[in-house]
Amino acid sequence: MFYLAAEGGGAADHNPILPAWQELVVGGIAFILLCVVLMKFVFPRMEQTFQARVDAIEGGIKRAEAAQAEANKLLEQYRAQLAEARTDAAKIRDDARADAEGIRQDILAKAREESDRIIAAGKEQLAAERATIVRELRAEVGTIAVDLASKIVGESLADEARRKGTVDRFLSGLESAGAR
Amino acid sequence: MFGQANVLAQGQAEFPPSVSDFYLPSILPWGAENSFWFTKITAMVWIAVGILIIFFLASYRNPQLVPTKKQWFAESIYGFVRNNIAVDMIGHAGVRFAPYFTTLFCFILLTNFFAIVPFFQISPNSHIAFPALLAAITYVMFNYVGIRHHGFVKYFKNSLVPPAPWYILPLLIPIEFFSTFLVRPFSLAVRLFANMFAGHMLLLVFTLGGFAMISANAWLAPVSVLSWVMTIALTFLEFLVIVLQAYVFTVLTASYVQGALAEEH
Repeated sequence: MFYLAAEGGGAADHNPILPAWQELVVGGIAFILLCVVLMKFVFPRMEQTFQARVDAIEGGIKRAEAAQAEANKLLEQYRAQLAEARTDAAKIRDDARADAEGIRQDILAKAREESDRIIAAGKEQLAAERATIVRELRAEVGTIAVDLASKIVGESLADEARRKGTVDRFLSGLESAGAR
Repeated sequence: MFGQANVLAQGQAEFPPSVSDFYLPSILPWGAENSFWFTKITAMVWIAVGILIIFFLASYRNPQLVPTKKQWFAESIYGFVRNNIAVDMIGHAGVRFAPYFTTLFCFILLTNFFAIVPFFQISPNSHIAFPALLAAITYVMFNYVGIRHHGFVKYFKNSLVPPAPWYILPLLIPIEFFSTFLVRPFSLAVRLFANMFAGHMLLLVFTLGGFAMISANAWLAPVSVLSWVMTIALTFLEFLVIVLQAYVFTVLTASYVQGALAEEH
């Protein structure tokens, strides 16, 4: 075995600082094979994976930010719409209140006018009726009084002019007495 | 290792261990002394390459955004070299070198690691051919990258002429040339090789020393046990060296590339 050879000056056969060319060849082939496989099929894919991971994380953050921004925008929009709707409602209420007040005032004014008109018409009618009645009464009272006087006095008061003057005087006397 | 196993089995531990303990008989043809094509060392290199390829392809066959445990492990190896070596040393431009650095780091780490795996127990990197090969690739790479980035003349001017007064340049330029273009590849290769070589040698010394003592004299048995305990302790030290050397080799490669890309000296 080799240790016998070593005893027989084997150390002189091998200089450890001089490379054996066969080992250089074998090592070269093996190492280049390793380099080709790893540098071609493994590490570039790792770089891709790293990049994909970075993209995924950054993309996720970006997407989340975009979604957040959109949500905020929608919220703002809803708030604005809500505020607008509230303002509208308040305005409508105010308008309605004002309208109702106006209508009430109108109706009141109309009613007052109507009542005034009715009252005025009633008064007028009353006055007219009263005048008519007074006129009729006056004529009738005159006749009755003349008739009565004729019967009482027994004399014919045919003289138209006298009779008329007497009655009128009497009535005037009555009226002035009533007024007093 | 087969030789050692036989030696140990026969109780004929050869002590002290010598350089030839690193040159095991070839597997194919079986037992040949000076055939290097298919030895335990080259077999381990192939096994390392196979393990790495299978591991990475299997764990990255179907990459997910949310990684599985295996995928996460593969990614964190790459992420470590990418962020803590390539980007740290070179900056953002270092990302394009990260695949090579990771391959280099994994290859050295695993081949180094064989030094303390039972039944492997020697690192291919204790044969200078493999560190030399890797150092040569680094050497070619940083020069190529520098020349492509700056152009031939500017690259050598950047590398060789430091910003110094003119009268000191005749001294500095040879020193720069020597350190950058001559010593670098050797120091890189020898650093890794010598560490793994010495680590293996140390473990051999303490393991075989234990056998040598116990077979020399039964009364030395306690010392043998102490020697083997030391072996275990040194295995932990060896683990540290394994990781450290893989890291150092990769960091130095990154640093050379960074120096080649740097705008100023």
